[in-house]
Amino acid sequence: MTTTDTEPIADEPIGNRQHGTGTRATRLLGVATIITMGWLVAFGLGFSPADRDQDEAVRILYVHVPTIWLAYLAFVVTAIGSGLYLFTKKHSLGFDRAAGASAEIGVVFMAVTLAVGMMWGRITWGVFWQWDARLTTTALLFVSYIGYLAVRNLGGSHEQRAKRSAVVGLLIVLEIPLVHFSVRMWRSLHQEASVLDTDGDIDMDGLMLFSLFVGVVAFTLLYVWLLLHRTRALAMQDMLDDRGLDVALAARRAEGVAR
Amino acid sequence: MTALIAIEHAGYVYGSYVLTFAAVGAFAWRTVRNGRKLGDQVDDADKYWT
Repeated sequence: MTTTDTEPIADEPIGNRQHGTGTRATRLLGVATIITMGWLVAFGLGFSPADRDQDEAVRILYVHVPTIWLAYLAFVVTAIGSGLYLFTKKHSLGFDRAAGASAEIGVVFMAVTLAVGMMWGRITWGVFWQWDARLTTTALLFVSYIGYLAVRNLGGSHEQRAKRSAVVGLLIVLEIPLVHFSVRMWRSLHQEASVLDTDGDIDMDGLMLFSLFVGVVAFTLLYVWLLLHRTRALAMQDMLDDRGLDVALAARRAEGVAR
Repeated sequence: MTALIAIEHAGYVYGSYVLTFAAVGAFAWRTVRNGRKLGDQVDDADKYWT
């Protein structure tokens, strides 16, 4: 984008401008997210029963499992955005920004998963951390996406950023199956899939399953809300970067004319 | 002893919810604040969502 107007837009009256990244749709989505989060607390900590084996500790499942599922989804969206940027003719930076925003959200969700999982581990295993297959591969995935975000901030043009981060985004998404199947491939302290048993049947009490469903809905709404806001913020950041570049070029040209 | 263990576990259980909501809440707040700050510097015509 090229902008010739170098006057700061912040001088314009605020009342004439849209403030921030919100719209009516995102506000409604935000309200729906807060309501379902309230349901999650009510069902997760109140209505759902204690587990036969894990007792009250099972309540951690309703935040631990949705956050890791949404982190996986966020990283898959990053890979899709990366692929669309690289392999479509238009090479739209919108795909790149959606990929970057999704990765940021995924990293936050994964950090929550790890921290909450450590608390659960302390109750169940007696320790916060073990270099177990599932925990180690999850930590590796987390560090990989921190690396992805670092690669996005290496500098250069938006196109250079988009191209290099798209390649990284497409490569590191391949770690997700490794994390997911690590509990089957290696002997692991971590339990196997929480919802489906080895035959693919649902192996959970009805109210527990519903509480987990509420958690998944709540975090999915939150993910979409965050994705919309972050993608818009990144679009504005790119515009301002371009404008700064235009100002610098205009200043250099003015210097040349003065000589 | 049983009651003590129950309280100890409650700390981790409630703590996990507090930590979750604090982390995602802080990220959401930062996201909105950052969007507003940037929105003040960009013309409405350049905001595709308006």
